[in-house]
Amino acid sequence: MPYVILSAILFTIGAIGVLTRRNAIVVFMCVELMLNACNLAFVAFAHQHGNLDGQIAAFFVMVVAAAEVVIGLAIIMTIFRTRRSASVDDASLLKF
Amino acid sequence: MAAAAEAEHHVPVVAPVEADGVFSLLWLIIALPLLGAAVLLLGGRFTDKWGHLLGTAMPVGSFVLSLVSFFTLLGRDDEERQVAQHLYDWIQVGGLDVGMDLLYDPLSALFLLLITGVGSLIHVYSIGYMAHDPRRRRFFGYLNLFVAAMLMLILAENYVGLFLGWEGVGLASYLLIGFWQHKPSAAAAAKKAFVINRVGDMGMALAIFLLFVTFGSTSFTEISVGVQAGTTVGVSGLDTTLNWIGVLLLIGACGKSAQVPLQAWLLDAMEGPTPVSALIHAATMVTAGVYLITRSNFIFENAPHAQTAVVAVATVTLLWGAILGCAKDDIKKGLAGSTMSQIGYMMLGAGLGVAGYAFAIFHLLTHGFFKANMFLGAGSVMHAMDDDVDMRHYGGLQKLLPVTFLTFAMGYLAIIGFPGFSGFWSKDKIIEVALTENLFVGICALLGAGITGFYMTRMMFLTFFTKPRWEKGVHPHESPWVMTVPLIVLAALSVLGGLMLAGNWIVDFLSPVVGHVEHEEPPLPAIVITLIVVAVVGIGVGLAFLLVQKRDVPREAPKDVSFVVKAARADLYGDAINDALVVRPGGHLVTALVATDRTVVDGAFMGGSTTLGGVGQALRRLQTGYVRSYALSVLGGALLLVLILVAVNL
Repeated sequence: MPYVILSAILFTIGAIGVLTRRNAIVVFMCVELMLNACNLAFVAFAHQHGNLDGQIAAFFVMVVAAAEVVIGLAIIMTIFRTRRSASVDDASLLKF
Repeated sequence: MAAAAEAEHHVPVVAPVEADGVFSLLWLIIALPLLGAAVLLLGGRFTDKWGHLLGTAMPVGSFVLSLVSFFTLLGRDDEERQVAQHLYDWIQVGGLDVGMDLLYDPLSALFLLLITGVGSLIHVYSIGYMAHDPRRRRFFGYLNLFVAAMLMLILAENYVGLFLGWEGVGLASYLLIGFWQHKPSAAAAAKKAFVINRVGDMGMALAIFLLFVTFGSTSFTEISVGVQAGTTVGVSGLDTTLNWIGVLLLIGACGKSAQVPLQAWLLDAMEGPTPVSALIHAATMVTAGVYLITRSNFIFENAPHAQTAVVAVATVTLLWGAILGCAKDDIKKGLAGSTMSQIGYMMLGAGLGVAGYAFAIFHLLTHGFFKANMFLGAGSVMHAMDDDVDMRHYGGLQKLLPVTFLTFAMGYLAIIGFPGFSGFWSKDKIIEVALTENLFVGICALLGAGITGFYMTRMMFLTFFTKPRWEKGVHPHESPWVMTVPLIVLAALSVLGGLMLAGNWIVDFLSPVVGHVEHEEPPLPAIVITLIVVAVVGIGVGLAFLLVQKRDVPREAPKDVSFVVKAARADLYGDAINDALVVRPGGHLVTALVATDRTVVDGAFMGGSTTLGGVGQALRRLQTGYVRSYALSVLGGALLLVLILVAVNL
């Protein structure tokens, strides 16, 4: 149970970070924090229920997170090269 | 009609024998002109050189065949004078079985001779009349098409085959009225004729549907047997159905034969070349309505109300046409009014039942001769006067156009009913029968004869007598022999046509088809009626002599004329009536429909799409481009989902 509470706290910190910070790298780190909070919740519940479903799900999340990091960092790199900025609010051309 | 009920058991059924010998060639009578039309219209300009000769040879060939068939038929007994030929199965769908059958009987025999005979003469005449027209080959193609369709109409053994010919002549009439299509008036006249004929054809088509529903067949043979069986047994409701069928057939006949109220197209149809007016709009096609009613005698004899309607229409038309004829200065329109009036006489004869059918056909034949003669004569006069049709620009032509004058005079004497000429015998008989059946109708017919005398005499004087009032630079000359020979032949027929009545021949000849009735005594002795008719005609002629020959004819039509003349010049407001009753309400209806379409239908459609577009415009503002606002909406959505799940689980 305490693990679940920790997971919730971590998720909340991550979410607030994503919503409030402008630096793309920090936003990214906060996303990772949220993902890992989910992982913690999966593992905790798996332990509680005594089966392996949650742990397998955690592995999937890790794989997806790794792939996402690669693509996300590549995008951030490209944007930084062209615009000399890593702020997510500057990259707002794709709108109405 | 009272006589119809008594005469019921006299109505013969159509009971043809199988065609053999020369009659097995019946199909060739139709096929020859059809072949001519196909060669001329599909062959293009390769046939320009000899097209008119081929086009003339084809109806002549049909005429020879018709003549041979006619004499073969004369050699047979009454019982064997109806011949049918089955060519092939045409339409077989469910209970509908329509064969391509031909029926040759005394009625069609006479029609065939008229169509191919007069048709051939008019083809010969057209060689000269159209000599300088660059599209002469096409003209002959259309004429052949017309002859083929008309022969189909006459020879068909069922109503569907008749309808095929009926529509075919309508098409040919349209093409030929609008033959000089560069003239807007000709194009408009063709369209008018076509549209008004559609109204009649609708009645005709409905009649055929009703016949098929009632009798399960469209064949004359089966329907005539069915009617006889039905009336003998007394099937309930059959009377009403037959009356409706009769009225619908009458509507069809009105359209084709230019009878009131579908008469307005005939005078405009004079825009076509004169041989067309002579062949189609005087001698043959416009008489198809009379043929239809005579052919359907087994229906009309059992439909007394429909017969009354026929008589009413005919009486109105014969006076209507005669009045129009008095007021027209255009020689062809004057003749067209006269045609309308004379067809009114034929319809009257046909509407009077068994006593009148034979005389209707008799008048139809004599009219075919003398009216074709006069139309071709008018064409010859126009030829001489540089295509001027205004009789006020004629005058004093009898010396310069001797052949045209003499032949026209024969036609003139025939149509007014000068004793001894063909029209005298035929019109006199119809008036006599009309007086016997109904005094009022008879007096109207008598009056019509008087008016005929007036307007024909006026035409005669304006054209051939009185002082010359020609346009400058016009040098009248007689037409070439290729045009005058047909005139002479037709003039001879106009004089001698009355011979068909000799010994009551035509009545006896037609009796296998239309039945036979004991001669009823007219209210006055026949000779007295004849004298009265001649006297009335004489009054008309005398009036015309006083009003036209004895005065100077102004070159321009006087403007300050009485109301009656104004009305007659405006076709008795026939067009105005059509406009007021049909065209303008139709226009209003269409305007209203368009307005409804614009506002209601388009409104719903455009309103819906505009609303959706506006909503889209508003919603796209949500697409801000800020990643963090998207993240917030994702988070908000996720929270909302969780809350809903929790709420549902509770």
